[in-house]
Amino acid sequence: MRHVISVLLENESGALSRVSGLFSARGYNIESLTVAPTDDPTLSRMTIVTSGTERIIEQIIKQLNKLVSVAKLTDLTEVEFIEREIMLVKIRAVNSDREEIKRLADIFRGRILDVTETTYVVELTGDDHKLNAFLAACGVDNVLEVARSGATGIARGEKSLKV
Amino acid sequence: MELNGGALLMEALKEEGVELVFGYPGGAVLHIYDALYQQNSVKHILVRHEQSATHAADGYARATGKPGVVLVTSGPGATNAVTGIATAFMDSIPMVVLSGQVQSRFIGSDAFQEVDCVGITRPCVKHNFLVDSLENMAQTIKEAFYVATTGRPGPVVVDIPKDFTTPGVTVPFEYPDSVEMRSYSPPSQGHPGQIRKATDLILSAKKPMIYSGGGVVLGNASEQLRSFTQLLGYPITQTLMGLGAYPASDKQNIGMLGMHGTYEANIAMHECDVLIAIGARFDDRVTGEVESFCPNAKIVHVDIDPASISKNVTVDVPIVGNVAQVLEAMIEQIKATEKRVDPADLASWWALIKDWQSKKCLDYDLSDNVIKPQAVVEALWRETKGDAYITSDVGQHQMWAAQYYGFDKPNRWINSGGLGTMGFGLPAAIGVQLGFPDEIVACITGEASIQMCIQELSTAFQYGTPIKIINLNNRYMGMVRQWQEFSYEKRYSHSYMDALPDFMKLAESYGHVGMNIENPADVDGALAEAFALKDRLVFMNFVTDQTENVYPMIEAGKGHHEMRLNPQRELA
Ligand SMILES: Cc1cc2nc3c(=O)[nH]c(=O)nc-3n(C[C@H](O)[C@H](O)[C@H](O)COP(=O)(O)OP(=O)(O)OC[C@H]3O[C@@H](n4cnc5c(N)ncnc54)[C@H](O)[C@@H]3O)c2cc1C
Ligand SMILES: Cc1ncc(C[n+]2csc(CCOP(=O)(O)OP(=O)(O)O)c2C)c(N)n1
Ligand SMILES: [Mg+2]
Repeated sequence: MRHVISVLLENESGALSRVSGLFSARGYNIESLTVAPTDDPTLSRMTIVTSGTERIIEQIIKQLNKLVSVAKLTDLTEVEFIEREIMLVKIRAVNSDREEIKRLADIFRGRILDVTETTYVVELTGDDHKLNAFLAACGVDNVLEVARSGATGIARGEKSLKV
Repeated sequence: MELNGGALLMEALKEEGVELVFGYPGGAVLHIYDALYQQNSVKHILVRHEQSATHAADGYARATGKPGVVLVTSGPGATNAVTGIATAFMDSIPMVVLSGQVQSRFIGSDAFQEVDCVGITRPCVKHNFLVDSLENMAQTIKEAFYVATTGRPGPVVVDIPKDFTTPGVTVPFEYPDSVEMRSYSPPSQGHPGQIRKATDLILSAKKPMIYSGGGVVLGNASEQLRSFTQLLGYPITQTLMGLGAYPASDKQNIGMLGMHGTYEANIAMHECDVLIAIGARFDDRVTGEVESFCPNAKIVHVDIDPASISKNVTVDVPIVGNVAQVLEAMIEQIKATEKRVDPADLASWWALIKDWQSKKCLDYDLSDNVIKPQAVVEALWRETKGDAYITSDVGQHQMWAAQYYGFDKPNRWINSGGLGTMGFGLPAAIGVQLGFPDEIVACITGEASIQMCIQELSTAFQYGTPIKIINLNNRYMGMVRQWQEFSYEKRYSHSYMDALPDFMKLAESYGHVGMNIENPADVDGALAEAFALKDRLVFMNFVTDQTENVYPMIEAGKGHHEMRLNPQRELA
């Protein structure tokens, strides 16, 4: 099953490679991994999207917790949570497609950031399903380039991940 | 007190109570070596290869319970140390490795003798640090010792750029009294609810079994283990790493379990209904095929590392905590309740076990013509009254040492179990002997393993460590040959040890006493003679049976109930 895990870790050189090294050394799957400093500059927040059996996910969480650089973590998939990813996509836009793609961008609440005679760059935010749906709607042949940020997430309600 | 980096390190080691540092100098640590020269609270042991520095520090740590400390230079010094660091990591041994690094401003420039030490060691350390300033060095050292020695112990590397040890640059020195790390908090107390659940289960068993491991040795809990086991009257089996934590000579002990464990221990594992795992990690050498592991048992697992729990085998009652404390709590609860297992059930369980024991799975046939390796180990036990510190290398000799030297005390059996590092035995023995100068230390080895760190005979001479080396010389990488015999139709591909040195002369050339023993009748006398030389290292080369195999054995993919016994025993 797909899991979204948020990790607070010491913002120090090498901390990222401890996490990514753990995943490669133990053969765990990484779908995406994002990281940036938090409001507390000594801490980074990482969001890892991974998948595996219950036992593997349990091991991933325990092994992450065991890293001395990891301060705290939560498996967002266990609670109600919000997941967002940003995508920039360059789309072939000529003739009648120009109108069609603009309409699609509107439907998906995307924004057109760059326009040339033959292309658009669309910015889109959402979860992984929404981004995939937009790409499918545009048609594979029209998509020239895709840049995705990887997912980030946060729990709904009072619950917050803090040290 | 204003100190430069080198002097600061010496003060920090002194504050940590470090007596010995095992090391080897080089460019990046010259300032540190200069500081070593100018003090006398920390003694430096000069090894002959950095791998041995880590093994010696490791042996010292396993025997004394104190962290081993290593000092190596950058580049090749650090890479040579990696095997020993990984060895300590796999067996959870507390160790602090100080490595030199190129000057901070050169890091990343492929400078002379630069390697990314933090990167290379990351997967085989509990944690590592690159010192980022002279100001933070004392704090970093404090944290390194704290992390290495608390929770599940392990090696910690501190990489020190050379410019932070420059003699002319000083900082005010104050060693922190305590450490607080928000991202590291080792558990200690077991959860009371879980402990209650566990005792309930333990007392409701009909065929209970205690399976204890290295965690009992690491957690200094053999006394608690003994009280717990004897209070219950249950059978106990131990892993290779747990040997000695419960006395081998006690009647409740039914021997080691796993691939080369006893028949009775493995069958009892297969048949038991409640398994109590204490400080053991369900290694694949122990479980055999996990699908058929303890098919009838509910499992309690006590371990300080949550990641050890339900990693390979799903358990029913996990208890995360320090083994000594958890055992004490369980003992208290058992004493407080009236509930006990039905004595009739326990008696019939023991009757079954006695029956399995009657197979005498460790018996072997003696010979008048050729020395049997098992007999040498038994003779060594008699000569040392079962009270020596025994280190070993890796192979058949290691298994025979484990099977035939009955350890009654913890910290006496020093071997590389998790990584299985050939070359470990001799430097580890040096470390043990330096930790306990007045105790008897013997290294049981093979002619292949001993050659991997043979140069340490020189270190042993320099520091006068009177180790007794028991070389079970079968002219084969016996363990490899055995697998080739069983699984590759006796195609002995590159397992024959050709062109062996004359070990007696080799030992002599290093300044030691060498002995060759070829006749079974000479074994006892030779051992007596060697051990009488209290101040000398004696290298005893026993020419042993080339064809001997380690039995019993669980072959790959088999379960505990499918052991292969010594063919002679099978007939009996
Ligand atoms: C050639 C060869 C053959 C082998 N054959 C066998 C065999 O037949 N049988 C066998 O048993 N092994 C065998 N081994 C060894 C095997 O590979 C493992 O090293 C060994 O089984 C692991 O022992 P352990 O489970 O006691 O764990 P250890 O590696 O000793 O780990 C200790 C466990 O205790 C925990 N712990 C540490 N401190 C504490 C504390 N204070 N409180 C609570 N928990 C703590 C740790 O978290 C860890 O889970 C063999 C090795 C070699 C090289
Ligand atoms: C560094 C290293 N290389 C290879 C191995 C694989 N290996 C395990 S046992 C063994 C043979 C050991 O031979 P010897 O020391 O003579 O012991 P014996 O089995 O003959 O008693 C080998 C090569 C290992 N464990 N360690
Ligand atoms: Mg051999």
